[in-house]
Amino acid sequence: MQWTLSRILRSLLTLLLLASFTFFALSLSADPALQILGPDAQPEIVQAFKERWHLNDSLWQRYVTYIMGIIQLDFGLSYRTGAPAIDIVMTRLPATLALMIPTGIASLLIGIPVGIYAALRQGTRTDRLIMTASVVGFAVPNFLVGILLMYLFSVWLGWLTPSGIISWMSWIMPMITMVSAEAGIFARFTRSAMVEILSHPMLDTSLAGGLNEHQGLRHHVLPNALIPLLTLVGLFAGNLIGGAVITENIFAWPGLGRLLVESVAARDFAVVQIIVLLIGASMILINLLVDLSYGFIDPRIRDTRRISIKRNKVATA
Amino acid sequence: MSLNLATDPDFKQDNAIDPQNEQRVLTWKMRISGAPFMVKISFTFICLMVFLAIFAQAISPHDIAELDLLNRFAPPVFMGGSWSNILGTDNLGHDVFSLCLRGIQISLAIAAIGTLVGAIFGTSLGFIAAWAGGWIDDFIGILIDFQAAIPFLVMALALLAVMPQADITLFILIMCIYGWERYARLARSVALSAKNDGYVTAQTILGASAFRTYLRHVLPNTMAVIVVNMTINFPSTILAESSLNFLGIGIQPPDTSLGVLIGIGRDYLYKAPWLALTPGFIILFITLAISIVGDWTRDQLDVD
Repeated sequence: MQWTLSRILRSLLTLLLLASFTFFALSLSADPALQILGPDAQPEIVQAFKERWHLNDSLWQRYVTYIMGIIQLDFGLSYRTGAPAIDIVMTRLPATLALMIPTGIASLLIGIPVGIYAALRQGTRTDRLIMTASVVGFAVPNFLVGILLMYLFSVWLGWLTPSGIISWMSWIMPMITMVSAEAGIFARFTRSAMVEILSHPMLDTSLAGGLNEHQGLRHHVLPNALIPLLTLVGLFAGNLIGGAVITENIFAWPGLGRLLVESVAARDFAVVQIIVLLIGASMILINLLVDLSYGFIDPRIRDTRRISIKRNKVATA
Repeated sequence: MSLNLATDPDFKQDNAIDPQNEQRVLTWKMRISGAPFMVKISFTFICLMVFLAIFAQAISPHDIAELDLLNRFAPPVFMGGSWSNILGTDNLGHDVFSLCLRGIQISLAIAAIGTLVGAIFGTSLGFIAAWAGGWIDDFIGILIDFQAAIPFLVMALALLAVMPQADITLFILIMCIYGWERYARLARSVALSAKNDGYVTAQTILGASAFRTYLRHVLPNTMAVIVVNMTINFPSTILAESSLNFLGIGIQPPDTSLGVLIGIGRDYLYKAPWLALTPGFIILFITLAISIVGDWTRDQLDVD
């Protein structure tokens, strides 16, 4: 319980650090008035712009307003359109989720079984083939896969439209682009986790005790392989988000990733700020849930945590 | 679905040599000559790319800023082009071969600097956390969590957004941040376990400074883990760098990188597919070759 509380507290501190980072990085390094209006803008206009966005207040004043704003879920207005930045972000969110959720599920459904299969055939030609394919899968840049697919299906064969959401067919190329990398990573990690547990003597013991191979696999190998796979979830989520940014930009997908790049190019700080905060907060939440679920899944970890707190050491997962 | 691996002939064959006893005797020269064919090919390819990167300016037949507007979209030789532009020309008549050479140079240089600086920075922070403990350890822990919470691509985009003039120095600096948190985590955990080992205590009793203990004794024990992480980090630095440049954020024309070339080539995919495909395949082969060699190195060092 104490461990859980300290872990939650630490997540909140990380969140505060994230919010402060986005604020100071965005407001210290550049003057939005000059960047948006251009260096040739008339002083009166610059003054009016600063007045309008409260840029003349002191930095600390703005910081406090900003943090208070976040607590009240008020993220300021977009410099570009004048609309509340959160609205702009929210209209783009569904498209991104509609791409990321099926991609995530497909990666798991392909990567994990393939990894298990390779581990059971360890050292054979099938295993080597699968592992080579997975290396290729994540060594190839996302954007290159996207462009090759576009060249093949849109330019050459003319089967699929290269951009936007038009029908269910629009999902084909973006999903292949992202799944090829993610499934490869999962296959690899699953295999190495499985291989390690397959060589554990407990398996021999359980087989000697009369379990058949299938039962041994289900009751001893798979539960133990779950823990190393769980550590992968945070990395996986981060990859998926990074991949979505690239993929959305290749296929002109009307989602958050494309909005991020557009806003960066237009120096629309309020929008950039929300997107970074949104992504960071969800990642912090995911990492927290993963850390908490270790103890839930594996009682041994629960015990070590209790002992480490007794010894008054800082427990980190 | 055979779980009984001991009777599996393939399994036996792979484990015929006991790695524990055999590995220490082998020198690196012997290991390389005994490496699988793919590893040798990849290794040769990497050497070739490094050679091209070092001598890019001497080899390239045209200047990368040289315009030839009358000779735009010339196809490469194997698609019926002329030998003066082996890989064809782009939308402004630049020589694609020269651009690719410069791209290889920039991409490899940034990846090398980024990986090295990131490794040094991350490892130092990890050691400091382990050595100091207490609130410093907690603070570095939060920094690590923070870095792990923002996907690098998003962070780099945000940082590049705020800079008035994004020049190449800034871009390299940002690439140096990439992946530091993984080194820090690894270095911290190894240093923490080393702290309980006798040799660190012995050093302290003998009067060695903390700096000396960590540099001369803990670092060599951490090296294998760090090198392995570097082999993973290097190709992904190339990927991150080229992804950013592909999005048009980072290195600006007339200078170029492989990512910039693919980004420009994408706009002419219908008209001149070689503009995107040539640098694309170069990146593909570089990252693939490094991953294969890195994988093999990892097996040889016997670290996960």
